[in-house]
Amino acid sequence: MAKFRKDGGRALPGLSTSSLPDIVFMLLFFFMTATSMKEVTYKVNINLPSATQLTKLEKKSLVKYVYIGQPKKEWVKYVGTESCIQLDDEFVKDADKVQSYIIDKRAAMNEDDQGQMVVSMKVDKDTKMGIVTDVKQALRNANALKINYTALGK
Amino acid sequence: MGKKKRSVGELNASSMADIAFLLLVFFLVTTSMSTDKGLARRLPPPVPKDKIDDTEIEMNKRNVLQILVNSNNDLMVNGEVLEVSKLKEKAKEFILNPSNSEELPEKEVGSFGSFGNVMYTKKHVISLQNDRGTQYQAYLDVQNALVAAYDEIRDDFSMQKRGKKFAELSEEEQKEVQKIFPQKISEAEPKNYGGN
Repeated sequence: MAKFRKDGGRALPGLSTSSLPDIVFMLLFFFMTATSMKEVTYKVNINLPSATQLTKLEKKSLVKYVYIGQPKKEWVKYVGTESCIQLDDEFVKDADKVQSYIIDKRAAMNEDDQGQMVVSMKVDKDTKMGIVTDVKQALRNANALKINYTALGK
Repeated sequence: MGKKKRSVGELNASSMADIAFLLLVFFLVTTSMSTDKGLARRLPPPVPKDKIDDTEIEMNKRNVLQILVNSNNDLMVNGEVLEVSKLKEKAKEFILNPSNSEELPEKEVGSFGSFGNVMYTKKHVISLQNDRGTQYQAYLDVQNALVAAYDEIRDDFSMQKRGKKFAELSEEEQKEVQKIFPQKISEAEPKNYGGN
């Protein structure tokens, strides 16, 4: 016959949390490997457009970013509401600045990688093409011909 | 003396979980899960300043698919208004010229490595021109449709010749197929017609 003890006064054994750090570390390493660092803090609003024929951006170190969109609320008083170009953490008024920026960035790269540089254009879907074309022209002049229009899958 | 067995004091690891959680939260906040994806394009090389002239290269009209996008995001293809959704089929027909039509690009025979002789439209060019007021999404839709047309053509061709999709071909074969169907999308300088 099974023994049923009914001494209710027994204290609940403490839950062992010794494996908790291991579990959390495992999660941590998963996220460290599966994610990538944010490049910059956006100062412009970017709602990415959608497209179907997407390719992945391979090596992060080869990718330089250009952001175009309307400035976020807190920046409107400085730069107005017109669509702006953001390079790294700064607003750029003139599309020609993109040229020198890209040239500088390329010069800072490893020589072997310079030819493989990709410029990723993160552009808000409601942006007018005028500013985008100016940037494209600047990229052409900087000889940064490989570009990638960032978009979301449909 | 010394009879009492002293146990080594256990390391208090209870705060380890906190530390690990802290790190975890830090990485969750500063990183982004999604890898960037996008439409890869190649810009034409810059034109040397002293070489800019107005002599337009004479192109046979049948070899050019002219796509205009105005500031209302309307599409005009070779003088006809067209929906973006129909652009892909139109572009495919243009690039392949399956019916050997007089209106569509002329076909030539070229020899491509392991694929042997192939009839292809060597001289075709897709000319894309947009207004400065065109919406970016509309522009990207057009680009997307054109890239999709080329991708499908390459896939179909690979299927027909090798029974595999383009992406599954060997690197050399991919290069050959790219040579047969090169992406010839020329982007003219945008004009400011059609108002803002």
